[in-house]
Amino acid sequence: MNPQELKYNASHEWVGMSTEDGSDVAVIGISDFALEQLTDLVYMALPEVGASVQAGEEFGEVESVKAVSPLYSPVSGEVVAVHSELVDKLDQLAADPFGEGWIIKVKLADGASLDGLLDREAYQKQCGES
Amino acid sequence: MSTADRSETVKETALTAWHVAQGARMAEFANYQMPIQYSSIVAEHQATRTAAGVFDISHMGRLRFEGDRAAELLDHLLTRRVSDMVPGDVRYSMMCNEQGGILDDVLVSKLENNSGHMFFLLVVNAGNRAKILQWIAPHVADYPDVMFHDVSDATAMIAVQGPRVQEILGRLFPDKVLQLGYYKTTLCDQMQKPCVVSRTGYTGEDGFELTLKAEDAPRVWENVLLAGREHGILPVGLGARDTLRLEAGMPLYGHELSEEIDPYSAGLGFAVNLKDRDFLGREALERSKAASHASMRVGLKLVGRRSAREGASLLDGDGRKVGEVTSGTYSPTLQCPIAMGYLRNELAVPGTSVEVDIRGAKADAEVVPLPFYRRSK
Repeated sequence: MNPQELKYNASHEWVGMSTEDGSDVAVIGISDFALEQLTDLVYMALPEVGASVQAGEEFGEVESVKAVSPLYSPVSGEVVAVHSELVDKLDQLAADPFGEGWIIKVKLADGASLDGLLDREAYQKQCGES
Repeated sequence: MSTADRSETVKETALTAWHVAQGARMAEFANYQMPIQYSSIVAEHQATRTAAGVFDISHMGRLRFEGDRAAELLDHLLTRRVSDMVPGDVRYSMMCNEQGGILDDVLVSKLENNSGHMFFLLVVNAGNRAKILQWIAPHVADYPDVMFHDVSDATAMIAVQGPRVQEILGRLFPDKVLQLGYYKTTLCDQMQKPCVVSRTGYTGEDGFELTLKAEDAPRVWENVLLAGREHGILPVGLGARDTLRLEAGMPLYGHELSEEIDPYSAGLGFAVNLKDRDFLGREALERSKAASHASMRVGLKLVGRRSAREGASLLDGDGRKVGEVTSGTYSPTLQCPIAMGYLRNELAVPGTSVEVDIRGAKADAEVVPLPFYRRSK
């Protein structure tokens, strides 16, 4: 995914739309900035396929040597895919956060959208100020 | 994630500008702008275990006592005797209140300057400095002939720790420094500038701590890094200092130690000397030594990959709370999560299995002897 075209949570998750088997799904991951801040990842907890996620609510967590950070979903819908191998390849997440580091795919709930999320420029501005 | 807010009251060490210029991630710690990490916690941790790390520990408090009755004053304030120390000795001690609660854990050094004057240097925890100054003020006032100075701001402190430390410091310091025994200290010159060097440490590695004038600190810091470059030395932030001290089983004030904890349940009875002496907190500590303790400090190794952080409950097989975690992290050396905490006395035995409540999910843990890591000599 091209980071310039993605939308972002202020809490550092990204979301981009993709087509899988003819239907639209939202792909969700963690931003490069967040991964650089976290460093030294040791653990990740992910939801199950079929779980429902709500925009702004926790869907998992990522843990570094230093601290635990919850993962907040940028959208509402049903989890249709989980990148579960990532748990054993956390270095992949940091190496390619917008590609091989995707975390879950979500089928948007009726009426759900990416509106209200930050674009790359606004997100980066926020990171620079934090 | 958040970065510390830079309010005007936050202090800098003599090395803060260097840390910032190197791109270290900075945060406020005990009212100082301190580096958390320069590269990564794991890289800095491993450099200290395999080569060497250099740490800015200038935020710690340094108090100087001089005069004929300085030893008598410190004997009154500390749980261990200092009056039998000879110049060059370093001693770990507690400072306790009248109830036997730990006000701080400190290092006392006895030194002799070039003109033959003896003095004591007391190193206190950064976060406790103001409290200790307040606590000792009336006692210091009772000894008007003791010259007392808080030299924390005028001095800086640099720790160099790791298996290659001898080779690295050998280029910078005279032989007498390298021949120091463990828990020994000496005054020496580093490029014509006075420097106190002690062989103590907080990481479980061989190491030295340098106390010097604040204005000399950046030059000595750079010299240490330069001398250690070919050996793989790295500057190390507070992040790895914490993972290293946890592996070494070292208690940290505000986590394993507090005024609500007595030295015996913290497993630090060796730092209290009750024999033939009187000092602040003595009566309470005498009772405490004889009493059975509700809980004791233990080391825990966790099964799985999630770390138990401070405040996590320890549970017995029936789900009852039997203790609490005081510090926890992922151990880069052991490659599993480790923790320290307080556990009910009868369970505080290596080999005992307990459960840890990590944010609602249970993880299995085993009580293990401390330290988690011991260097091969």
